[in-house]
Amino acid sequence: MMPELGQFSLILALLLAAVQGVVPIVGAWRGSPSLMAVARPAAAGQAVFVAAAFFILTYGFLTFDFSITYVADNSNLALPWYYRVAAVWGAHEGSLLLWILILNLWTVALAIFSRQLPPAFAARVLGVLGLVAVGFLAFIVFTSNPFARLLPMPGNGADLNPVLQDPGMTLHPPVLYMGYVGFSVAFAFSIAALLGGELEQAWVRWARPWTNAAWGFLTGGIVAGSWWAYAELGWGGWWFWDPVENASFMPWLIGVALIHAQAITEKRGSFRAWTILLSIFAFSLSLLGTFLVRSGVLTSVHAFASDPRRGVFILIFLGIVVGGSLLLYAVRSPKMIGQGKPFAVVSRETAILVANLMFASAAGMVLLGTLFPLLSDALQLGKVSVGAPYFGFLFPLLMLPVVLLLPFGPHLHWGRGDKGALARVAGRAAIGAVSCALVMWVLVDGQLKAIAGVAAAVWIGTGTVLFALKRCRAVPRGSHYPAEMAGMLLAHLGVGVFLIGVLLSEPLGITRDVRMAPGETQTIGSYTFRFDGVHGVDGPNWHAEQGAVTILEGSDVVTVMHPQKRVYARGQVQTESAINAGWRGDLYVALGEPMPGGDVAGAWTLRLYQKPFIRWIWFGGLFMMLGGFVAAADRRLRHPRTVAAVVTTPAVGESLA
Amino acid sequence: MMRTLPLPGFALLTALFGFGIRWNSHHDPHEVPSPLIDKPAPAFVLPRLDHPGQSLDKTSMLGRPYLVNVFASWCIACGEEHPVLMTAGRKLGIPLIGYNYKDDPSEAKAWLARHGNPYDQVITDRSGRTAIDFGVYGAPESFLVDAGGVIRYKHIGPFTAELIATELAPAIAALRREAP
Repeated sequence: MMPELGQFSLILALLLAAVQGVVPIVGAWRGSPSLMAVARPAAAGQAVFVAAAFFILTYGFLTFDFSITYVADNSNLALPWYYRVAAVWGAHEGSLLLWILILNLWTVALAIFSRQLPPAFAARVLGVLGLVAVGFLAFIVFTSNPFARLLPMPGNGADLNPVLQDPGMTLHPPVLYMGYVGFSVAFAFSIAALLGGELEQAWVRWARPWTNAAWGFLTGGIVAGSWWAYAELGWGGWWFWDPVENASFMPWLIGVALIHAQAITEKRGSFRAWTILLSIFAFSLSLLGTFLVRSGVLTSVHAFASDPRRGVFILIFLGIVVGGSLLLYAVRSPKMIGQGKPFAVVSRETAILVANLMFASAAGMVLLGTLFPLLSDALQLGKVSVGAPYFGFLFPLLMLPVVLLLPFGPHLHWGRGDKGALARVAGRAAIGAVSCALVMWVLVDGQLKAIAGVAAAVWIGTGTVLFALKRCRAVPRGSHYPAEMAGMLLAHLGVGVFLIGVLLSEPLGITRDVRMAPGETQTIGSYTFRFDGVHGVDGPNWHAEQGAVTILEGSDVVTVMHPQKRVYARGQVQTESAINAGWRGDLYVALGEPMPGGDVAGAWTLRLYQKPFIRWIWFGGLFMMLGGFVAAADRRLRHPRTVAAVVTTPAVGESLA
Repeated sequence: MMRTLPLPGFALLTALFGFGIRWNSHHDPHEVPSPLIDKPAPAFVLPRLDHPGQSLDKTSMLGRPYLVNVFASWCIACGEEHPVLMTAGRKLGIPLIGYNYKDDPSEAKAWLARHGNPYDQVITDRSGRTAIDFGVYGAPESFLVDAGGVIRYKHIGPFTAELIATELAPAIAALRREAP
């Protein structure tokens, strides 16, 4: 009975989404307040039914209702309750349900916080979101019903993919989807602006907090995913340029370009069409990401479900949404062209434009690399795939100008930058970077990558801190750092922190594959690893061989690490690395295979790593995420009708000069 | 002009995806065309599971066709394939060589004792180094080698009774017709 109610809720939600997608847009077009007023109740109704369906599925998991195929496929009696909840989004049908639930969360938030927007505009925005929801709900109802019955009901279910039975992985999809789906709001704003023509010039400012928040979530989701790969896959890597990782990285890159382009458009009125195009791209790439993961067009270790029929559906949906938006853009954007304020070559606009170009190219580069296997099939080039070498070479190349320009960004004024001030910033940042690089040269003995990492981080850090100090001195107390600016500074600092992690962990890291008998030791750096043997342990639904590795520094015991090799209920083997985390680096131990024979019993192969500063990668990411959230919280952006106050905020340099 | 530019770009992308869906519904995406088909099988010398002191090498197998079946006790799909090999494998009329891949010998022995042993010989490759020469993608995987030591057919993934009837048996029959 319950599952049928769930399915029924989804059908009702689909009908309400159709109403939300059509009626308010018609109302905005005809100027009918009563039709426009349908948007909010329809959105609320849809959200209620989607939430009901989601809770019914969760309830099915919690009560072991194996008569639901999806529950039977993804859980069993031994699975702990928290992983049964996470199993709701552990496979295809449920993850779509999560997608649509999150779309409804964003829609409801928008319905609540859009009361100050002009009614026609709000109606269009909610209408566009309704249309997106129609596509996804139809996809669920017609091709991916999570409530399909399995009769006769099996006594026990299969299992949740053991790869997903990890705290990092339970969090990763919801946060990532918050980001993916959050770009639908910026998208809806852009489409509404295109539909409404030039009437709503302020739309960019209303869209900004939503975009920043979505980008913050996406950053958090990617960080969680990367952390999970590091902790769970047992190779000590944190990014693999896997198609599914790329699928989340492309919207992220376009998102970076978008939040900066929105800043120009809002404050200077320039690049309106470009901002709209980026909003369309960001959401299209989110859809594309879903398509790539769910359609089976690209297969990857991460793609957990694929089915050609679903692929065709998503492709058609993608064609309608992206093709339709681009057509609308082609037809309507000439109307959006307004003359922005002029700017000189040395100006914040130019810097942002260069960065925009680089981020957009990087997204294009990642797209090309991701789709290359498909392209080579199509052009009969044989099985070709491009991997880490392609991305690893081109991506840093494209990001180099960004890193070089980053310290100047905040110091540059809109319109025309002060060359003298820039030269001073460049001089100080360069002195800092070069002197730290020289110190590193002595410390790490010519490891160029590590030296470049420190220099780049100091370069960015100095520029950013100099700006923070300048604000502190020049601007009266209380308004040193508006949230928008604080967010920007946090995110920029995050880039520096991230660079330290990336560029130091790899060249300075030590990896050792060893065979160790109990009692044997290995020395890595100043640490001694002593293998104390392996014994069996049992978890709720797994049995593991658990090793004990004692870490000594001199004769002091630092810690005892317990790497595991788990065998889950269905025989799937999963390594659980042991990680001793620290600011200056991680010690990482993964259990390999038992080595029978030889002179000593109980020997195993072990992988020992020392990863200096690796944690800084994720801290950098978290700084960026926080930056996105702080900027989104700016009060100025929340008061849509006080337009005049915005543009007159004096730039820092003006008050200094 | 600039404003309509994204549209054909997207159309190209859509066409590519359409192609991808068609392609994947007709091709197994995991099917990597083996460069080894119709090439001599790599020379191998591997210890036998039952007598680790003795080893089996490629030259001693020359003169008759045989099937190499890659399996491991940790491999779940091998468990699905196993009953098929137990019934159909023995009727093939050629030696069946079990290739124990990255496995613990004692676990492999226990596994064969539990499920039955369809193989005429079992060789072990603990490190998986020789498997690299064979281009082994994963277990289970099977190679049909002819009397001249040339790989003639390869299958990735578990055999089913149907696959044996439609693919493997005809391939073996073709080898017999070639033989003088």
